[in-house]
Amino acid sequence: MAEEAIKLGGKKKSFFIDKVKEILPEGGNLNLCLTCGACSSGCPATGLEGMDPRKFLRMAALGMDEELLSSKWAWMCTMCQRCVYVCPMKIDIPQLIFNIRASWPREKRPKGILGSCDMALRNESCSAMGTSPEDFQFVVEDVLEEYRESQPEFKDMEAPLDKQDAEFFLNQNSREPVTEPDEMVPLWKILHLAGVNWTYGSKGWGGENYCMFLADNEAWEKLARTMVGQADALGCKTYLNTE
Amino acid sequence: MVVKNIYEYYAKWIREGKLKVNSDWNKDLKIKFTVQDPCQIVRKSYGDPIAEDLRFVVKSVVGEDNFIDMVPNRSNNYCCGGGGGFLQSGYKEQRLEYGKLKDAQIKATGADYCIAGCHNCHAQIHELSEHYGGNYPVVHMWTLICLSLGILGPNEREYLADDLKEVNVFHPETAM
Repeated sequence: MAEEAIKLGGKKKSFFIDKVKEILPEGGNLNLCLTCGACSSGCPATGLEGMDPRKFLRMAALGMDEELLSSKWAWMCTMCQRCVYVCPMKIDIPQLIFNIRASWPREKRPKGILGSCDMALRNESCSAMGTSPEDFQFVVEDVLEEYRESQPEFKDMEAPLDKQDAEFFLNQNSREPVTEPDEMVPLWKILHLAGVNWTYGSKGWGGENYCMFLADNEAWEKLARTMVGQADALGCKTYLNTE
Repeated sequence: MVVKNIYEYYAKWIREGKLKVNSDWNKDLKIKFTVQDPCQIVRKSYGDPIAEDLRFVVKSVVGEDNFIDMVPNRSNNYCCGGGGGFLQSGYKEQRLEYGKLKDAQIKATGADYCIAGCHNCHAQIHELSEHYGGNYPVVHMWTLICLSLGILGPNEREYLADDLKEVNVFHPETAM
């Protein structure tokens, strides 16, 4: 008679990957890996920190939570989703990464990303550079005035703030108004020539959301709601990303 | 309310004749361009159709023969390394290592310029160009649209190299 089967371990532990599976649609397919390596072979982050997407997922599956949660690689994956695009099982590794970022104590997350998120929370512009609505309005009006005068073909060009019922609500990356305001003009000219009815918002004009990169769920939602809320309040039909 | 990206509208406005762009300025110059498909806009949001719109816009303004695609491209394109907060993460050395693949992809096209419609891509690829010695300029889409319309002033050319600083200048007397 065969010997009794050996029983392994005690109670099954709950690993980090299980928690992430619970909050993702279809569990992010996180337990479907065929280990084919298509993700890693086309991932620009492969090799950084001795890591790659397949290895990272295997570590998660093996319950190597300590290594997983402390790996800086979570901040070197850009969550670009190319791994998902090429994966035969559509495994959502970027969402695993995002939730690992979110598990870091907020103050331990990279200072630059943290700083840009906090800047955006300073006022209602939602700008990662902390630019106030008043400063934005001043720069836009100043540049517009200058170009209307110096290029008379565009004397009727507009760059409105908080115009009601415009078709498009445009966002604006902070880089232009803050560091290179002349770069805003070509876009305004295009909109003018195309006869587009558009507006910026005094609130939520910032096009960036570093709080999302920081994986600060409460904060990124607040920024996104401010942006969309202003577009809605103005009665705009389309929120238009300009980049 | 819907959320859209402007590439789709650039293409629409050109097709509808609202933006009368042409590529005559580049007929003799034959300056070559490649384009970065931003992950957020193409793979993650609108897929290959918007990548086609982007190519339609680029070819309309620089000339069909002066556009060279990277390989792979569209939804299958490589991220440049500027996304996901990497630019602000403090891991500069790793970010540049990450971007090596993108730099090699751009160099392999032999293009003179890389067009980047996304600010993160723009900043990262600009740095890759300098760091790895390719020194290809990186331009926004709006710059080339206005150049092709003959309405790009002298102070709106921050990212054009010397070969295009003097081409088709609108109100040259306003140069600062």
